[in-house]
This record gives sequence, structure tokens and C-alpha cells, in this order.
Amino acid sequence: MEKRIFSVSEINNYIKNLLDSDVLLDGVFIRGELSNYKVYPSGHHYFTMKDADGAIRCVMFKSSANRLRFRPESGMKVIVFGRVTVYPRDGAYQLYVNELQLDGVGDLYIAFEQLKAKLEAEGLFDSRHKKSIPEYPDTIAVVTSPAGAAVRDIIRVLGRRWPMSKIVLLPVRVQGSEAPGEIAAALDYANRYKVADLIITGRGGGSIEDLWAFNDEFVARAIFASEIPVISAVGHEPDVTIADFVADLRAATPSNAAELAVPDRYELWDMLHALEARLFGNLSSRLSLYRHRLEAYSEKRVLKDPVNLIADRKVALDSIQERLTGAMRASVAEFRREYVERAAKLDAMSPLKVLARGYAIAENESGRVIRSKNDVKSGDKIRIRVQKDTIGCTVD
Amino acid sequence: MNFEQSLKRLDEIVTQLERGDAPLDESLALFEEGTALIKSCGKMLDTVEQKVVMLRKGENGEPEESPFEGVE
Repeated sequence: MEKRIFSVSEINNYIKNLLDSDVLLDGVFIRGELSNYKVYPSGHHYFTMKDADGAIRCVMFKSSANRLRFRPESGMKVIVFGRVTVYPRDGAYQLYVNELQLDGVGDLYIAFEQLKAKLEAEGLFDSRHKKSIPEYPDTIAVVTSPAGAAVRDIIRVLGRRWPMSKIVLLPVRVQGSEAPGEIAAALDYANRYKVADLIITGRGGGSIEDLWAFNDEFVARAIFASEIPVISAVGHEPDVTIADFVADLRAATPSNAAELAVPDRYELWDMLHALEARLFGNLSSRLSLYRHRLEAYSEKRVLKDPVNLIADRKVALDSIQERLTGAMRASVAEFRREYVERAAKLDAMSPLKVLARGYAIAENESGRVIRSKNDVKSGDKIRIRVQKDTIGCTVD
Repeated sequence: MNFEQSLKRLDEIVTQLERGDAPLDESLALFEEGTALIKSCGKMLDTVEQKVVMLRKGENGEPEESPFEGVE
């Protein structure tokens, strides 16, 4: 193979590529002592880690340094996690640090990272498993110590924001070797008897050892298995536990968990008042619409001046009456003329006229005219009608 | 009806009234229902005392409640 000549940056990049493709160097825990620790105005931290026989240059960028929960100093024994790569400008390899923990808790830290990686790979942190938190929970189960600050904070905030929900406290130990088993059992129990529609589990702040129960695999799996949505509430804002990753919702603190669990009733008062205003506003605008419509009707003559309408009708009635009376008069006159005419004819035929000439009519007692001898028998009372009178007789 | 259901019904009523397609007598009935709901929701929001109990496993395994006095 022909020997070729490289430039400095070419060889630096070649070495960088070698290191970058190495699996071990891509993410490695290193134990050592801090020295020459400096924080630059940029916010990045530069330091060296060393042991009895060697040293390695380290840089921790601002974004990672911001997550530190203590101020690192030269001389401290630490465990860091990061990747080793080459800084081509100086031709030097260095460690880019993501996490920095005090040694002594180092084993816990590694255990945390390992469990986190395992559960993450199993999908326990997947957002598709996250259950939604009920908007207005009726009963809230609180799985924590009955003696701690956490339970006080939770009850105080729930009482202020939403006293309508019932709080059911499932007392457990939250630190010590018994704690994980008790917490996991309480979560299972709450689910078996469906004691609530929301669970808050957590504790107040403390050291990493104090919070350790919430990094336990049993607790993580019990939270994952819970049918009831779970809010985790462990320690203070920067404390992140495995429970936080598995829970349906992570709260920064126990008080914050109570805030996330329930609405604020004062906000709901405002909402209710707004609905009330809409309700009344709608009805009154509806009514004023009807009122306007009513007023428009009343503008019409019929309703505005009923007397006028009556007068109109009166005139019409009068004229009808007039016509009716006229017609009646005419027909009465006609009738009278006809009557006189017929009466005259009738008069001429009247039997009374015959009587006037001296004839008489014989009637029996019931007024029937007697026309022959057979109409009567001896002893019958009969009447004889003459022009002016009636004469009673008896048949012989 | 619990708070959530009441609030949902109230929202329906207001929306329906604002659509304005119900006859007046129906609207008045809705309005009456709405004011009753506002009253009952307000009463719920007025709750003063929160129920806090301690839950322990009883002898037969069933949950047993006892008063919780742990908060000063």
C-alpha cells in the first residue's frame, strides 16, 4: 500500500472517526476525582478527571450543567457519564460529560440508569400508555406517608381548590427497605377495590437515598399496571424518579400534584357566572325581541284604536240595516195590498153574508153543520146560528 | 347529576338557547332548567368541608375507612 501524506486535520478527523464509531466510548461511566474545575462565562464547565495514574480532559456543556443539583469542586470524588471524542482543533481527545454525580451514590445512579433503560425498552414510558386524568375526580387516593409533609401539602391544596372531592389516604412508608413493597401493594389494593378515580403517590423532598423507593422496579410496574390514572409527586422540581417516567402525569412536587389533580373552583365560579350571564342575556334578548314584535303589532290601527274599527263596522251595519228596513217596508206594503184584495174576496164568500140575508145554520153540540135528518136524533141539543146570535134547541 | 354532568348540560342549554330555534315556551323551560343547574353547581362549589379518610385493609381484606386527623 502506497504511503500517502495527510494533513494535520485529516489525521485528526481520521482519529475522531475511529473513536466515534466505538460503542464503549459512545456512552461510558467513569469514576475519578475532579481537578482544575472551571465555569466559563459561556456557562460551560471545563475540568480534568484524574486518578492515581492518569487524567482525562472533560467538558460539560451549559445544558447539562444546568441539571446539576450541587456545585462541583476540585477534589470531589465523582462518577460521570458521557462520551469520549476528539477535539480536532487541539488534537486532543476529551470526555463530553452529560451527567455528574457524587461518588458514593454512584451505585444507585448506575442502577437508576440501568432500570430506566430496561423499562424504557419495555415500553413502560410510552405516551400511548398514559391515561388521561379525570377533569373532576370524585375520589382521590393518596399513597404516601400519613406523617409526611407531602400529605399535608396535598390535602391543603386540594381543600383550597376542590373540596368536593373525597380524599382517601392509603398510608405507606416512603423510605427504607419496606417502602417499595408497601407502595406497590397500596397501588394494587386501590385498583382491586377501585377506591378512587385518581391516585397521587409520592413524598416530600430528601436525599437521593430517601427518594429511592420511587426508583424501585416493583413500584414502577405497579404504577404501570394501575387502571386508575396515577400522578407521581416525588421530592422537589429537579428530582426525577423512575416513578415519574411511568406515571400518567408527573408533578414537580406534592403541592403541584394536587394542582394538577383538580380544577380551581374559583375559576369554575367564573365559568359558571359566564354561563349564567349567557343564559340570562339570551332570554332577555329573546324577550326584548318579542316585545319589539308586539310593539310592531300594536302600531297597527286595529290594536291602536279599536273605537275607530267599531265606528267603521257601525257605519257598515247601519247601511245594511237601512237596506234591510227599506226592503221590509216594501214587502209589507205589497203584502197588505194583497191582503185587502183577498179579504174582499173572502168576505164575499163568507157564510155570515148568507146569514145576513136571513138564512140559518144548524150545528150539533160539537159545532158540526147538520145537513140531513140522519145527522141528529130525538133529544139532541143543537144550535141554530142566525146573523147575530145562536139559538139553543132540542130535536123532537 | 355530578358537577361534570351538570356543567355539560348547562353548556348544552346555553348553546341551544343561543341558537334561538326553540319556541318560547320550550326556551323558558330550558331557562328554568339552566338556572336550577347554576344553583346546584354553585352549591357544589360552595362545599366547605373536604372529606379526608384513612383507608386500611380490614380483617376480611375489604377496605375500612377511619377518620384522618393527621393535618393540623
